[in-house]
Amino acid sequence: MTTEQTYETVDMMLNMGPQHPATHGVFRMVLTVDGEHVVDVTPHIGYLHRGSEKLAENETYGQVITLFDRLDYVANLNNELIFCRAAERLMGIDPPERGQYIRVILAELNRLASHLLFIGTYAIDLGAMTPIMYGFRERERIQNLFESVTGARMMHNFIRIGGVKEDVPPDFVPRVRALADDVQRGVEEIDRLLTFNEVFLARTRGVGVIDVPTALSCGLTGPGLRASGVAYDVRKDYPHEVYPYLSYKVPVGENGDCWDRYYMRVLECYESLSMVRQCLDQMEEGPVMAQMRRIARPPKGEVYVHGENPRGDIGVFLVSDGTDKPYRVKVRPPSFCNLVALRPMMRDAYIADAVAILGSLDIVLGEVDR
Amino acid sequence: MRSKPVQLAIAVVLLVGVGVLVAVFTLALALLGEPGDDVTVLTVGKIVIALFALLTLVTTLGMSLVWLERKQLGRMQGRVGPTRVGPFGLLQVVADGIKLLMKEDVSPGSSSKAIFYVAPLLVFVPSFVVWLTIPIGRDLVVRSLDLGVFFFIAVSVLSIVGLILAGWSSNSKYAILGGFRSAAQLVSYEIPLILGVLSVVMVADSMRFTDIVDAQASVPYLALLPLAFAVFFISGLAEVGRTPFDIYFAESEVVGGPFVEYSGAHWAIFFLAEYVNTFLVAALGALLFLGGWTWPFGELEQYPAVALFLGKTYFLAVVIFWVRATLPRLRIDQLMNVGWKMLIPLGFVSVILVAVQRFYGWPTWTLTLMSVAVLGAAAFVQLRLQRSDAVATAERYAQHAVAVQPSRSRPAPESQQA
Repeated sequence: MTTEQTYETVDMMLNMGPQHPATHGVFRMVLTVDGEHVVDVTPHIGYLHRGSEKLAENETYGQVITLFDRLDYVANLNNELIFCRAAERLMGIDPPERGQYIRVILAELNRLASHLLFIGTYAIDLGAMTPIMYGFRERERIQNLFESVTGARMMHNFIRIGGVKEDVPPDFVPRVRALADDVQRGVEEIDRLLTFNEVFLARTRGVGVIDVPTALSCGLTGPGLRASGVAYDVRKDYPHEVYPYLSYKVPVGENGDCWDRYYMRVLECYESLSMVRQCLDQMEEGPVMAQMRRIARPPKGEVYVHGENPRGDIGVFLVSDGTDKPYRVKVRPPSFCNLVALRPMMRDAYIADAVAILGSLDIVLGEVDR
Repeated sequence: MRSKPVQLAIAVVLLVGVGVLVAVFTLALALLGEPGDDVTVLTVGKIVIALFALLTLVTTLGMSLVWLERKQLGRMQGRVGPTRVGPFGLLQVVADGIKLLMKEDVSPGSSSKAIFYVAPLLVFVPSFVVWLTIPIGRDLVVRSLDLGVFFFIAVSVLSIVGLILAGWSSNSKYAILGGFRSAAQLVSYEIPLILGVLSVVMVADSMRFTDIVDAQASVPYLALLPLAFAVFFISGLAEVGRTPFDIYFAESEVVGGPFVEYSGAHWAIFFLAEYVNTFLVAALGALLFLGGWTWPFGELEQYPAVALFLGKTYFLAVVIFWVRATLPRLRIDQLMNVGWKMLIPLGFVSVILVAVQRFYGWPTWTLTLMSVAVLGAAAFVQLRLQRSDAVATAERYAQHAVAVQPSRSRPAPESQQA
């Protein structure tokens, strides 16, 4: 005779963050775990909320750019660009072509820097400690270039309404060419080391799969959406700046798993390098700043402008009441919207997968919390 | 910074220090007398002295691995590693040790204090007791046990208890997860480790380390048993929790696992035990598979032989750190799959191959042939197939990327778009 005894088990709440090393900043997710299985995940955000959107209402248009620097602090120049484009659209001015080329070069280089940081930190999330060193080495070259061009390594405040702050240094073109070659080698090196590593494949292939309908309904954009198989890229679908002059490819995945999201970014690194080189070829001498009033004072109206950030589709809704300060600035931050897809991705995940999935979304908390 | 000659001098002094430790250990052993003597109070006292000398030596060598790892990882990652404290950063480990000992020893308020403070010792003690029977030279062993290999396996398993207790007593969720993981991992990987060692024991016909090493005087067992070496080395990595099996203290998942609540001296003990264990696995690999202090070119004097053994050990340690610089971490279910579905069958195959070879009296090179065939097939199935699928996918992605052609005419200026 056997006596059957039933044990009642309860799921454990595991609080990951805001000080957990794998949550990339001050993100907190409360995992409900059954052993090593993740049953449920609840994201908690807001630890880095600074009220940027409200602050913007008390700053002049020129000053708002500095706030945008601090949203996605890994891709500052892309953020500056999107606000400046919104203000320019409202004011009906077009920056001169050289200015646009400089903006695109800087934005694409910043996309590279951001993707390199992603690849490195993603490898750290999965336990590989070398790629981040290689990634940072290449990112450092880009940061040095930014420093010589804009005077700052992070908070550049270089892209202005109507163009850029000033022309680039005289040795800019040869320097960026050499930089592009160096970074290309660096990206290839990381690619060789990590992309087809068997353990890396085992950890990322088939993990955190999200299908197209779910991805679209979550508002997933950027490399994450392209990994699922939707060729949506704001640069391609809504041509702006000098992007229509460039020839490039938009990499598209099929499976929508973590590996695809990673690999999309690797491929985008190569595309960005190619775009930078094309810009250098096409760039001509000329003014970098449009003729306009010293203080931007857009006419009454509202505008929504979006662009392709390294993390996805960033949008700015700008309302002007005709004064020198915006009436309302609303940002559609790609990281925040991508974070919505966290929960559907977490189906059948292990605790280790939770880290891999969160890492593959590549969130920046400055942008999520604003 | 001091001048170069001074730095070199300090480095030489440190090197000589290790030599002196070896010499002290030799002297202590000379006091011991032959094994088999009646155990008296005096012999016990001598064993204590010898063990103390050995522990100092092992600790020093274990700490040297910390330096080696930091330096090697630095070089592999385009950095230089520690350089500031001592020549080539050699004294960095000492400085870190002093820092850790001087730190406040914090424990969680809700922890079980007694178990919390005993747990580090339970991890620490087995990894040192094992050295009782591990020779670092032909006669340089505290007690050359007949069942030395058995003793090593039996004692080294005990450190699991310490890890579980550390995880449980911390009363922290990350720690308990780490404790569970360590239990699952260490118990699973003990079996393939034993099977790998068993192949060697069957070929050498002895469980005494010195016999096993002497049997390799002409051909190291690595040449005969590559399969057993692979099984032993991989499960050895898992036993000491090195990448890609650093699952139970995975920094990015369970933030240090069982060690998460420890600080100061208690954490230092875990840390030291980890590196002594790493050194142990490398030393065992050198003893069981690389021929220990022997080489095929004749017999060596005692000290060159010790140097040869240490050289082989450090070589294996370099390989372990190299793996760490290259590979990400496995997931817990994949870890179990690798252990139970891959390493344990392979370990049994290895044992059966040896048994068949011994039973029919085939020449030893057949063993090499069979081992290589099985190992190659296993590696191909496990690794290449998965990779080729990913490579094909990547090629497809590169081709299917949506190409955007430049338009010659400029679109309407942005200011005129809706």
